[in-house]
Amino acid sequence: MGISRRGFMKLTGAGLACLGLKDLGLDPRPAAAYATTLRIEGAKEFQSTCPFCSCGCSILMFVKDGKFISSEGDPDYPVSEGALCPKGAAFHSMHVSHHRILKPKYRAPGSDKWEEKDWDFVLDRIAKRVKETRDRDFIEKNDKGQTVNRVESIFHLGTSQMDNEECAVTHQMLRSLGVVHMDHQARI
Amino acid sequence: MTQHWIDIKNADVVLIMGSNAAEHHPISFKWVLAAKDAGATVIHVDPKFSRTSARSDFHVPLRSGTDIAFLGGLLKYILEKELYFKEYVTEYTNASFIISEGFTFKDGLFSGFDAGTKTYDRKSWTFDKDENGLVVRDKTLQHPRCVYQQLKKHYSRYDIGTVSSITGVSKDNLLKVWDAVGATGKPDKVATMMYALGWTQHTVGVQNIRLAAMIQLLLGNVGVAGGGINAMRGEPNVQGSTDHALLYDALPGYHPVPTTAWATLADYLKANTPVTKDPKSVNWWQNRPKYVVSLLKGWFGDAATAENEYGYGWLPKIEPNVEYASLFMFDKMYKGKIKGGFIYGHNPAMSMPNTHKIRKALTNLDWLVIGEAHETETCAFWRQPGFDSKNVKTEVFMLPSCQRGEKDGTTSNSGRWHMWHYKGYEPMGVSKPMGWMVVEIMKRVKALYAKDGGAFPAPIQNVEWYEQYDPDFMAKKINGQFTRDVTVGDKQYKKGDQVPAFPMLTADGATTSLCWVYTGSYGAAGNLTKRRDHNQTPMQAKIGLFPNYSWAWPVNRRIIYNRASVDVNGKPYNPAKTVIAWEEGKWVGDVPDGPAPPMADPKGVYPFIMHTEGHGQLFGPGRVDGPFPEHYEPAETPITVNPFSKQMSNPCMKVAESDIDALAKNGDPRFPIVLTTYSLTEHWCGGGDTRNTPALLEAEPQLYVEISQELAKEKGVKNGDVVIIETLRGKVEAVAMVTVRMTPLQVQGKTLHLIGMPFCFGWTTPGCGDATNRLTVSVADPNTRIPEYKACLCNLRKADKVTELQR
Repeated sequence: MGISRRGFMKLTGAGLACLGLKDLGLDPRPAAAYATTLRIEGAKEFQSTCPFCSCGCSILMFVKDGKFISSEGDPDYPVSEGALCPKGAAFHSMHVSHHRILKPKYRAPGSDKWEEKDWDFVLDRIAKRVKETRDRDFIEKNDKGQTVNRVESIFHLGTSQMDNEECAVTHQMLRSLGVVHMDHQARI
Repeated sequence: MTQHWIDIKNADVVLIMGSNAAEHHPISFKWVLAAKDAGATVIHVDPKFSRTSARSDFHVPLRSGTDIAFLGGLLKYILEKELYFKEYVTEYTNASFIISEGFTFKDGLFSGFDAGTKTYDRKSWTFDKDENGLVVRDKTLQHPRCVYQQLKKHYSRYDIGTVSSITGVSKDNLLKVWDAVGATGKPDKVATMMYALGWTQHTVGVQNIRLAAMIQLLLGNVGVAGGGINAMRGEPNVQGSTDHALLYDALPGYHPVPTTAWATLADYLKANTPVTKDPKSVNWWQNRPKYVVSLLKGWFGDAATAENEYGYGWLPKIEPNVEYASLFMFDKMYKGKIKGGFIYGHNPAMSMPNTHKIRKALTNLDWLVIGEAHETETCAFWRQPGFDSKNVKTEVFMLPSCQRGEKDGTTSNSGRWHMWHYKGYEPMGVSKPMGWMVVEIMKRVKALYAKDGGAFPAPIQNVEWYEQYDPDFMAKKINGQFTRDVTVGDKQYKKGDQVPAFPMLTADGATTSLCWVYTGSYGAAGNLTKRRDHNQTPMQAKIGLFPNYSWAWPVNRRIIYNRASVDVNGKPYNPAKTVIAWEEGKWVGDVPDGPAPPMADPKGVYPFIMHTEGHGQLFGPGRVDGPFPEHYEPAETPITVNPFSKQMSNPCMKVAESDIDALAKNGDPRFPIVLTTYSLTEHWCGGGDTRNTPALLEAEPQLYVEISQELAKEKGVKNGDVVIIETLRGKVEAVAMVTVRMTPLQVQGKTLHLIGMPFCFGWTTPGCGDATNRLTVSVADPNTRIPEYKACLCNLRKADKVTELQR
């Protein structure tokens, strides 16, 4: 019989979960096994990576009808072999946390509140502010007359939360604008 | 990491120092325990007893900021007892190199120090060369100016009595660690060193790590299985974001940022492309021009031509002697010199030192864009305690970032494994990947310049930009492509083909690559970062190499400098844990550092291919604050005499000075206690994500301070009391955790107390407390500009009333 490694873990996992109750004289194994399959039954599995430390643990996400319903450690990731720490185990709840920002928000100068805005409003306005500041403060030559082509009054901070592909576009944008005050968590 | 996570299991000794791996890299500890199960000795050297200590063979508390004294003593011990691996040291390190006559070390300073600029002129930190331009060597290691002899001389001052008195570590404890680590200088024994922010966050951070690496070189523990020097990188993709250099001082792929010293590409490449006359030295950085030109070609496309130096002139040039790092970025913001900008996935209002200053600095901005998943203290700075939002003139844009599971892309783990992750579902709300935000903003900036013109529009007009953010497209572009039909050797490549590996990159505009170390990850065989294949040869399986799982940079090499794991004939030093071996005219095992035959072969090469001379650097002229690490006290120190020299603190340390930055004087009686800060298992950095995840907040709900029973008694504080911790920068409220985990130390004959605090709790989560970093100092390591979070001076007292922790 071919039991995959992951299947084996699921079987033993279900078995372990039952030990406590079994000791009390009950045998809830069939019920527990049913509950376990029910939760992710019919769900599609996607592989993601934990967004915390650089162990980079692989995480399996279960998505049903477009809804993220559950996550667990990926037993096929050779580093973690399916294990997760408390933060990794909170992957699903962090994604669905009701504290998340779900819409662009804008705070006008001197205001005491956020206003919800659409993407076009904020992106257009940001582009305008970037251009206005860059045009005003751009330095082509320093005091010694050397060509420097930089803007010192715009900064960029972040981030190691970005994927490699996001980092690549970010760096490309910043050097094209002439930004020199750029940094991220590698310096923390 | 020179290694990868699984490789820890191959160690005979695991030295965890400057890290609490069990709590902060919990999954790494699986492999520490695997090593222990196989008989390894596990040692934890850290001010605090933690779950790492609990599972170690022994825990050794030391005073925060004295790692160099501790390791310097170990180095002296290794030399004195001749515990080092002689063949390795002679053949593979620069121990035999003769240092120039002009090099000196006196009263805590190396030759070339300029007290005015607090920098070194490093001219005298060089080696003698013969008439052929080759470094002069004495393989008997007897020449008084050879590195080995100079090393011996330098660390002769680090005797056990002095080390014990300054570190607060008993002699017995010192010897326990030194004996265990020193015993791995044998070919078939190996120690690994695991470190994290406990080593980096000091004014001598880089030298802490350098000294550890020097010890590993002396013991022959670099390049071998179970060895190396292993940075447990903190952040999720801090490896990748460093490779892609979201940093003021580098271009993607570890190239220095252009400065005013290099007006043209030719100047830049000449200054940054090392040359060697030694045919046995690979001197890999001689290839830099290929990588820099391919990067520029990738950025500016057809507009980058040989005539315009591939757009080099469009890049900003920084001033060589001006500070731009985050510490100084905020200093300039505080002083009104920075007007607007972007903060993505970063919470400096919590995580930067002296956060009073950071929080005030943010209110000086005209505009601020923040890409975040939660409203952090940085997002909400305009309504922070102590400020009236009416007076904060900043226009703020808070852009909703989606979470990892809502986007495709790659991250790189600490072992340089480059791994794809998949989008599972549509992002919640209208949240978007940060890469999408960047692409959309730049698209609009480009359109504005196209329409209206503006200051120096050339780079904006010419940068190759994207209609949409497409991770797969970007992954291909990072790997690199041919820009025309090219024949390399007997192979033909068409315009648009993916470049198979970085040796094919060229300096003539025929190739692109946005980061050369990743070239090969997405070649003709497709996206290798998606591989989940466990297949390996028995030799590879023995050390847990997993070469077919994901892809590791460079060129899928899993253990860096692996040519140092074999003797000059290609025979593994430790056949039980072979990394590579020369068998029947070819290398087997890991991907070797270059295909050249073993070193004894006329075509053989030295193992340390990234160094100009090809040898591990026991004498390292590359750091700005000295070629040998030297013990200096933290910027704020409880002592008044440094027993090693007259120089109290790192003479080159970087200090941000302003009206709200202050440093206590040495041994300041008002602040007799040493404060160190750290993370928690359940919270992440400034806490923005994890405090907003209910289960994690429930597990660790409130700011606390760990204090010893002795200090508690002295201060009349009981477990659970709220106390005020105070430094020259500010005050913080925390719940006292009176615990045996903190131990008073005997330093220079006196009792010294240390306390420790997490830094993840902030005011946007009601009642949990506020930034510990209101206490820390704006000083930094001169090589990295990483602030000294791990040691400053404080005092504490029982609180009269509770405010920040009030629920």
